[in-house]
Amino acid sequence: MTTLPAHTEKKLGLAIDLDTCVGCHACVISCKEWNTSNYGAPLSDIDAYGAEPMGTFLNRVHTFEVKADGSNAQTVHFPKSCLHCEDAPCVTVCPTGASYKRSEDGIVLVNEVDCMGCGLCAWACPYGARELDKVEGVMKKCTLCVDRIYNKNIPEEDRVPSCVRTCPAGARHFGDFADPQSSVSKLAAERGGLVLMEAQGTKPVNRYLPPRPKADVTNTAQIDIPNPYLKPASSKPDGFLGWLDNALEKI
Amino acid sequence: MHPAPSVIIFTSLSGLGFGLMAWLGFGFPPVSGMIAFWFFLIAYVLAVGGLLASVFHLGNPKNSIKAFSQWRSSWLSREGIMAVVSLLVMAIYAIGLIFLEQRWQVVGWVGAAFSLITIYTTSMIYGQMKTVPRWNMSLTPPLFLLYALAGGALLAGQIFPAILLLVALTVLQYISWQIGDARFEQAHHTIETATGLGNLGKVRLLESPHSSPNYLLKEMVHIVGRKHAQKLRIISIVLLGIVPAVILVLVPFNHMLAGIAVLSHLVGLFVSRWLFFAEAEHVVGLYYDKR
Amino acid sequence: MPPIAQPALDTSPHVSDEIRKTTCYMCACRCGINVHMQDGKIKYIEGNKDHPVNKGVLCAKGSAGIMQHYSPARLKAPMKRVGERGSGEFEEISWEEAFEIATGWLAPIRENTPEKLAFFTGRDQSQSLTSWWAQAYGTPNYAAHGGFCSVNMAAAGIYTMGGAFWEFGAPDWERAKLFMIFGVAEDHDSNPIKMGLGRLKERGAKIIGVNPVRSGYNAIADEWVGITPGTDGLFILALIHELLKAGKVDLEYLQRYTNAPYLVNSDPKSPEFGLFLRNKDDKPLVLDRKTGKPVAFDKPNVKADMVGTYKLKGVTHRPVFQILAAKYLTEEHTPEAVAEQCGISAERIKRIAAELAHVAFEEEITIDQPWTDWKGEKHDKMTGRPVAFHAMRGISAHSNGFQTCRALHLLQILLGSVEVPGGFRFKPSYPKPVEAHPKPHCKVTPGAPLDGPHLGYVRGPEDLCLTPDGGAARIDKAFTWENPMSAHGLMHMVISNAHAGDPYKIDTLFMYMANMSWNSSMNSTKVMDMLTDKDKNGNYVIPRIIYSDAYSSEMVAFADLILPDTTYLERHDCISLLDRPICEADAIADSIRWPVVEPDRDVRCFQSVLIELGARLGLPGMVNEDGSATYKDYADYIQNHERRPGVGPLAGFRGKDGKGKGRGEPNPNQIDAYIENGGFWIDHIPKEAAFFKPWNKAYQDWAVERGLFDSPQPYLFQLYVEPLRKFQLAAEGHGDIQPPDHLRQQVKDTMDPLPIWYKPFEEGIVDLEEFPLHALTQRPAAMYHSWGSQNAWLRQIHGTNPLYVSGEIFAEHGFEDGDWAWLTSRHGKIKVPVVKMDALNAKTVWTWNAIGKRSGAWALDEKAPETQKGFLLNHLISELLPPREDGMRWSNSDPITGQAAWFDLRVKIEKADPGDQISQPHTKAQKSPVGRGPKNVAYGEEF
Repeated sequence: MTTLPAHTEKKLGLAIDLDTCVGCHACVISCKEWNTSNYGAPLSDIDAYGAEPMGTFLNRVHTFEVKADGSNAQTVHFPKSCLHCEDAPCVTVCPTGASYKRSEDGIVLVNEVDCMGCGLCAWACPYGARELDKVEGVMKKCTLCVDRIYNKNIPEEDRVPSCVRTCPAGARHFGDFADPQSSVSKLAAERGGLVLMEAQGTKPVNRYLPPRPKADVTNTAQIDIPNPYLKPASSKPDGFLGWLDNALEKI
Repeated sequence: MHPAPSVIIFTSLSGLGFGLMAWLGFGFPPVSGMIAFWFFLIAYVLAVGGLLASVFHLGNPKNSIKAFSQWRSSWLSREGIMAVVSLLVMAIYAIGLIFLEQRWQVVGWVGAAFSLITIYTTSMIYGQMKTVPRWNMSLTPPLFLLYALAGGALLAGQIFPAILLLVALTVLQYISWQIGDARFEQAHHTIETATGLGNLGKVRLLESPHSSPNYLLKEMVHIVGRKHAQKLRIISIVLLGIVPAVILVLVPFNHMLAGIAVLSHLVGLFVSRWLFFAEAEHVVGLYYDKR
Repeated sequence: MPPIAQPALDTSPHVSDEIRKTTCYMCACRCGINVHMQDGKIKYIEGNKDHPVNKGVLCAKGSAGIMQHYSPARLKAPMKRVGERGSGEFEEISWEEAFEIATGWLAPIRENTPEKLAFFTGRDQSQSLTSWWAQAYGTPNYAAHGGFCSVNMAAAGIYTMGGAFWEFGAPDWERAKLFMIFGVAEDHDSNPIKMGLGRLKERGAKIIGVNPVRSGYNAIADEWVGITPGTDGLFILALIHELLKAGKVDLEYLQRYTNAPYLVNSDPKSPEFGLFLRNKDDKPLVLDRKTGKPVAFDKPNVKADMVGTYKLKGVTHRPVFQILAAKYLTEEHTPEAVAEQCGISAERIKRIAAELAHVAFEEEITIDQPWTDWKGEKHDKMTGRPVAFHAMRGISAHSNGFQTCRALHLLQILLGSVEVPGGFRFKPSYPKPVEAHPKPHCKVTPGAPLDGPHLGYVRGPEDLCLTPDGGAARIDKAFTWENPMSAHGLMHMVISNAHAGDPYKIDTLFMYMANMSWNSSMNSTKVMDMLTDKDKNGNYVIPRIIYSDAYSSEMVAFADLILPDTTYLERHDCISLLDRPICEADAIADSIRWPVVEPDRDVRCFQSVLIELGARLGLPGMVNEDGSATYKDYADYIQNHERRPGVGPLAGFRGKDGKGKGRGEPNPNQIDAYIENGGFWIDHIPKEAAFFKPWNKAYQDWAVERGLFDSPQPYLFQLYVEPLRKFQLAAEGHGDIQPPDHLRQQVKDTMDPLPIWYKPFEEGIVDLEEFPLHALTQRPAAMYHSWGSQNAWLRQIHGTNPLYVSGEIFAEHGFEDGDWAWLTSRHGKIKVPVVKMDALNAKTVWTWNAIGKRSGAWALDEKAPETQKGFLLNHLISELLPPREDGMRWSNSDPITGQAAWFDLRVKIEKADPGDQISQPHTKAQKSPVGRGPKNVAYGEEF
């Protein structure tokens, strides 16, 4: 059903904190291991031990360097997976009805039973969220761990996507963006959650929380540094010992 | 985009086939009997061959039958349906001409119209892609249609229309390249908008997510060979339009030279389609600092 | 066709048949993992939420454990070499034959010359077993990998404050408001640091990252200090200068908890110059501020003075603090004096000092928790200075690393931020003073055990491991005048020294889990030559090599006998309090590994093999009176071995009833109890004992109760380290035990009892005009040393490693993307691909550590990217300093601890013709004893 639902009850998605992500790739591999043996076909690795290994991954972490003229450069680690767009072009282009957006929670999925592996949905996605698996020939993408988040065989506290559960720094937050009171909605509001490539008109659900200003990059006058430079304990030459003696007396 | 042979062959041949079919549907040339058979055979071989080639692009072709289901939203689905409908309608028309010496002209017109719509749906598969600004412009459908009609005219032996259409195609292809070259910039997609980090400064990729390649890079960030693009454009435009047109204008009709004109057009067409894909920059490349 | 309706989806699929909880081993972090099993296969590995280390999270390596476990590079059976060394040609043999060969070599050595066995282990976590085995065997030549890892950090921490970073302690992530992290890329202990940084971010605490490279943790630091490598000590001492000058030090803390008031002999003519004034009980003395009289440092209710002089028999004595202040208040330590060298502006150094002072003293925190100190004085609350620090290899892997680490601890202590809320907190069994550690032992008796533990902490020249003629007793020359405090040995010197016969030749080199022919050695090319070098009779210069590894690593090719180990999911292990435990600041904890799957190959857990080998050799403790083996295998040892009565490898569930904590007789069901409990045991420290541990009576009593000590061990932090001074004093000509003349100046210059900074040795040796750049490595978070390259998932992330070049150097040399460069050091030359990086110290180039692989290793294709574009910086680093006139072999190590000075490296860079785009040097392929991995993998198909 490749027409998009007019409305989804929930908008489940991720808030990814670029100020906290250290680029460790934990989410990348946790995603790979959960999804290779759960929803749909395994995520294969072609030429796994060879000269050009190439596997299917649903989440990858890019590393960018950002530099403004005349200031220090900064490094930003940037995890990227499906953003579960409200206006998902990958869904509407699908000729077979394999791609769909769930009306209950907005998760964009590929029903592999119907997928013919034409790759058009991957072309339609501006974010590189879909990868065609070379062994099975079907399109793979982030499922937001739809087989975890409602799974009654998993303890309730663990019913979150695998990437979120594993993230050591806690840089990934999962929740319902349709609920303004949810933790992810609040985080996005407080931190000015970024929408990627807004001009594409895809209305992504996922939000990226931007890096906070850095003291060595931004003009320090803009950052609240509470203290002036230290003053000498004693202005007298060789007065340190005198100060020390006084200070000890007060203990 | 990766210029996969399957998609180049698909769009080139099926365009040419449906273009020829349109001319035949409109009654040009007004053939019947065995001559009609040969013309229709060529049209069907090209159209069906192109469609079959596209199947090689599929990861899981056993599900391709399902591609007819999503006409409500999917241009690819519409294309599939329209192609089949066109082929069926034209088959009725062809049977009349070949076996019954009957010209059901209304059926021919409908078939011709469907053939052109098929080409339009093909063009929209690419033209709809906001992610590929070079394709995502209003010139893409006319360009595809002009390719089909010009090539079709050439195959249909419609010398005068072919000359006009080939010249028009040459001009439109040139304009499309010129406009297309600026499309990415006009779409205002940059690595800064892709990452949302533009307010912090200039963004560049420091480290690719994986040192190994991936599907996205192979499929959509194909930049190999682009450095020859200018040369290929010249080759393409010369072979595509100028050589056939010149032959048709300067030389009295002769099967041998007509064959050369068709061959030249075909090669030019393949080169231009290769460029159509190879030069198309997908916005996902921004995440890899590659276009 | 009608549109298809939204398909029905089972959102509660079966997850797994069973969860087996064990401990990860994809690095040394030792996280708890839940291994999901289905149909007898491993389906999914996730972090264990209850586990004290990782609390449920897991890194990329941990999640990729599946691919490690099913790696095609796993060795399959014991092997003996049949081709030339290095070729990789082997023949599989039975375990019986392997044991016969090993005992055939080792038994005669033990009977005659035990020192001819050199037994060194790599990144294993069973050092309490391996050291015990080596001691029983009787060779002095044993150590683990600490010498090339981070011994500077450990030794500086132990000597200064009874513990260092990582497993010794951790920042108070929950309370710190300002956190400074020095020289840490991905490093110990990786997940807790990430979790901690996340907590700091959540609370809005400020993070300052000091590192030449803005990668990983430094990328998210609120402020990045892109320091010039090797100058951290200089920067820290300037911070100390600023704090002292402003009087922003915690005097009360210093007075109570440190040796700041100790009286030091300040008479340069005295033979005890620089030593503490002591009473007849050998207790250091302090001046009572009230009376002006010297009293023992530990006398209750004395306010000790930290300023003044005390004359005794004409000899002037001054308190440590006064000496210290005079030392650091000098001009040479001003921010202005160091700014250029450090690459940090003076203003910035001053601002950071001011921030430290502000947070420490204006934002102090208190916990309403009464406690009693070791002198019996009662305190009604716990006051904290919420400034925390962490540091690792970046500051320690230099030849000035020990003193730099000391300087950092001094800074922490001056701020009063160690073992207080918001600061740095020890994890049991630390804090532990030098006095509670053994001294090193090296007395060899043929056919008998060594006279004591190999490794330890020297208190003075009398504890060195020297032969009667003053030569080195150990093959790695640990505990000699070259590096007197080499508490972890010098594994990186073993092959080089054994090859050179300096100090002597050995017979058998026995190594475990250390890729010493490749990424774990300096000078890899030359090391491979040494391992294959033959004497004039055609015999190998290092006659025999036994190696144990689970995988077909580069080192395997150089061994004569291979003892194949299991994967981490197939074995028993204990992460023991006797070794390197997993404790938290609020708890003691230890854990186990157990076979969640049985090996499907003819391989055995190395520790079980070692125990059997010990039994076959008849080593004491490993055989019963009747000659039978005491322990069946490692599991049996873990459960039944007692190091001291009632204290064994595992502290939990002791005693027949399984209720013993820390102490208790062996429990035959102990391992089952651990499995039942999720693979670990934890026991929380009482709240009253949670802070001020070195001086907290409740903590000390609790530690004794739990078997960490047999008696309370309260102690004071040593700002001034007297053992260092004892070596220096000897070098100045005092005492009977004297350094050789060629080392006299080095000892005088470097073994200062107060932290100092001196130039990394390489800088004094090479022409800095010719080699203007620093070259470093960092560990990628997703790859652990060499082990990751066989991992189908991880190798896709890091299959190649470019040389990252600062924007300045990139521009200067006209580099462009895709270019190659020659990188040259005083020692070697490598060809590498370059990439520009602006967030990098302007004089620095760096690359990821240990990505480059030898063709033929790790079951990879010989054309694998790791072998083609991947490269090692190791080829540029010599294990020796250049020859001098004295003809001695000078180790490229810290002169105090012997830590390998990896990061002293200076290089020059030139544009290279990319040519075949293969990195140089390119080592000839080794034959793979395990074949090649399969073409395609689609793990999880079967589920």
